Amino acid sequence: MPLSAYLFVSVALFVIGLVMVAARRNLIYVLMGLELILNAANLNFVAFNRENPGDLDGQIAAIFVIILAAAEAAIALAIVLNLNSRIQSIRPDDADTMKD
Amino acid sequence: MGMQIAFYFFAAMTLGFALISLFHKNVVHSAFALLGTLLGMSGLYVTLNADFLAMTQVLIYAGGILMLLLFGLMLTKPSEGERSIKRIMVAVVLAGGTAVLSAYKMAGTVWASSPGELPESTVTEIGLEFLRFDQWLIAFEFASIVLLAALVGAVHIARRRFPIDDTNALLKTEQGGQN
Repeated sequence: MPLSAYLFVSVALFVIGLVMVAARRNLIYVLMGLELILNAANLNFVAFNRENPGDLDGQIAAIFVIILAAAEAAIALAIVLNLNSRIQSIRPDDADTMKD
Repeated sequence: MGMQIAFYFFAAMTLGFALISLFHKNVVHSAFALLGTLLGMSGLYVTLNADFLAMTQVLIYAGGILMLLLFGLMLTKPSEGERSIKRIMVAVVLAGGTAVLSAYKMAGTVWASSPGELPESTVTEIGLEFLRFDQWLIAFEFASIVLLAALVGAVHIARRRFPIDDTNALLKTEQGGQN
């Protein structure tokens, strides 16, 4: 398959993730949207690596992205649990304790 | 031909489950639809000669990160939240802008490509690149330190207790009892 097919899938996935982050009012949904966005970026890395097969830098960058996504998910879930015990809500709009 | 069928199948799986995950009202169903998206992505990696990455995707994303998300769902109050027209408008504008801009830029671009082909299996090559000192060894070790620090920090943040907020919670339960 040509590179542009993979890029199309990647853009569609990125847009879906973006809508999920922007439109949903639940922090878990925001995290799921972030995972979709990271996956879209990963697909680009791997697809471009196939076009330039001299080394494996694209695939290795994708592995680092996965590692950091795991760390991010752990930290973010801890923050969500902490928020839930502090303000009894996981809506992003309710987390405004530091305002005014 | 077989590769094309595989590509269309996995692309449809990825995007279809992503759409289900976006539009479904139940958070748990959305999380399980995300599982389909992640497995479809791993199939796409296989069509791109990235077998090690496909395995990593299944193990870490489907096995680890999705489990974390499900635990987060189960330990918090399920809040669907009301739909606000303003937010949906913002999301539609963002999504349309991104899609139009990237389609516009992608249409006129000739991407760099070099001759040759990826090896049939990339597991050995990736392992060698990670362990060679002049390639990715330092970054690899730093990644493990980052993971360790992040997990220890996550445990600390999730276990932290706030005495002031405990009294607030107590007051709230007392008020609830009076009402």
